Amino acid sequence: MSKQSDIGVEIAGIRMKNPVMVASGTFGYGPEYADLVDINGLGAIVVKGICLEACEGNDVPRMIEVRGGLINAIGLQGPGVDGFVESYMPFLRQFDTPVIVNIWGRDEEEYEEVAARFDDAEGIAGLELNISCPNVKSGGIAFGTDLKMAADLIGRVRKRTSLPLIPKLAPNVPQVGLFAKAAEEAGADALSLINTLPAMVIDIETRRPVLANRVGGLSGPAIHPVAVKQVWEAAQAVSIPVIGMGGIETAEDALEFIIAGAAAVAVGTANFTDPGTVVRVIDGIAAYLQRHDLASVSELVGSIRE
Amino acid sequence: MQIEKATVKTHDLVGGDYRELVLTAPVTAKAAVPGQFVHLRVPRLDGSVLRRPFSIYRARDDRLSILYKTVGRGTRAMETIAVGDTVDMIGPLGNGFPLDAMGENPALVAGGYGVAPLSFLAGEVDVRGTVFIGGATARDILCVGDFESLGWTVRITTEDGSLGEKGLVTAALDAWVATQQGTPPVYYACGPDGMLRAVGQRAVAAGHTAWLSLDKHMGCGVGACLACVQKIRGADGSVAWKRVCKDGPIFEASVIEWDA
Repeated sequence: MSKQSDIGVEIAGIRMKNPVMVASGTFGYGPEYADLVDINGLGAIVVKGICLEACEGNDVPRMIEVRGGLINAIGLQGPGVDGFVESYMPFLRQFDTPVIVNIWGRDEEEYEEVAARFDDAEGIAGLELNISCPNVKSGGIAFGTDLKMAADLIGRVRKRTSLPLIPKLAPNVPQVGLFAKAAEEAGADALSLINTLPAMVIDIETRRPVLANRVGGLSGPAIHPVAVKQVWEAAQAVSIPVIGMGGIETAEDALEFIIAGAAAVAVGTANFTDPGTVVRVIDGIAAYLQRHDLASVSELVGSIRE
Repeated sequence: MQIEKATVKTHDLVGGDYRELVLTAPVTAKAAVPGQFVHLRVPRLDGSVLRRPFSIYRARDDRLSILYKTVGRGTRAMETIAVGDTVDMIGPLGNGFPLDAMGENPALVAGGYGVAPLSFLAGEVDVRGTVFIGGATARDILCVGDFESLGWTVRITTEDGSLGEKGLVTAALDAWVATQQGTPPVYYACGPDGMLRAVGQRAVAAGHTAWLSLDKHMGCGVGACLACVQKIRGADGSVAWKRVCKDGPIFEASVIEWDA
């Protein structure tokens, strides 16, 4: 009989009951899923991207399902800093679950301002810095695919926040390890990866792109092996924790990330498919640790054999 | 709303290419009101990450049913559902039709399988009125008996004239509206976008009220992903995106900002 495993983790000083978070953009701001998912059971909740003022997002159609995933171009519609804090933080503070706010800006100054504003807000455990959204014309992925811009931006935001800072890296770069290292040197406390992959679908009858934004970001099980590889490379390049995400539908998908080097994981698109996914993944990780006689998640992190 | 594992009771063709999927789903059936929908995980739809939304056709005791027509990959996979299968369902979702706004002279306007939530509606109110059912051919006209047995007057139109009057449902509606004196009609409509828009424009122009059930491609179905948004005018005149799955799917015609 093996001893009880501890599935709690600590990422960038944020204590989590388990290593499974919900990924930004796939869980709204919390209340949307409160009837279906026990928010107290989540490792952490990462809310949908917030910029300074309310943002309208893109025109419709904004989402299209493809084989093994979906492409979205929501365009970061959101309530802005004040709207989020007033409308959603009272709800989120009811739970014993860390709240990580995904933030973005149209330029460096907006990123800095948003980060600084959240320093005064009560109940926020950390900031995920979105430098890799493929769906906004300015900001977004432009920062995430240029090594110098990414490092400069992370350094500037670092100076404006005392909260744990977790840049979310773009997957579509030739050497993600260089970006991971640059982020660490610029002051990141942890890293999230991967964001969605730039993608598009064309209607062959009209010969037009299906999405109003023409291109969007691919997520879902189709991107899981790409994400595992990027997490593996990034984790080797840094000593800060990496949060692995991309196409997790099962505990086995999550365990691959952990073995590749992720200290925690996030479930994204699968929240839409089955809101029960997070609980299944948590239970499956706990069962795996027991079966392999591992006392904690950390014993498994980066344990890949080569 | 909640997740319910429903059991398939029956699954039969009900006319033309339309099927009724009857589920034992006591929790969802008890809570459902007309105009709401369920978000189904289609079994054996490999590589699919999104559920599919269906208006609730019937909800009584522990039974709930939906009507659908095979139009794509998702509904083709639906055809393989067998009696006894378990179907994973989130529901009931959405706001539903306002039942107390119906007045004395309701007009229900249905296109194709859009008739399903209107049949549910017709059976949940005390008032009786007129139902306009339109389709491409006689094979697309469903649920006539549902309304007639409840005492509603049914007017059928088909584009090819194979049943009822030949033409669009809105032409029959126009002819009827011209004969109406006294209590102005209140419309409840569900069907293709073009039909909804035509009904809505007529109602707005005449100063009538029209409750339209919008159909948009949905992601999560619970208001989180912001995929199925529609521009809606607020009381102060400002226009903002509203979520069809959560704030709708029923909106009053005068607040809808249709695309150019």
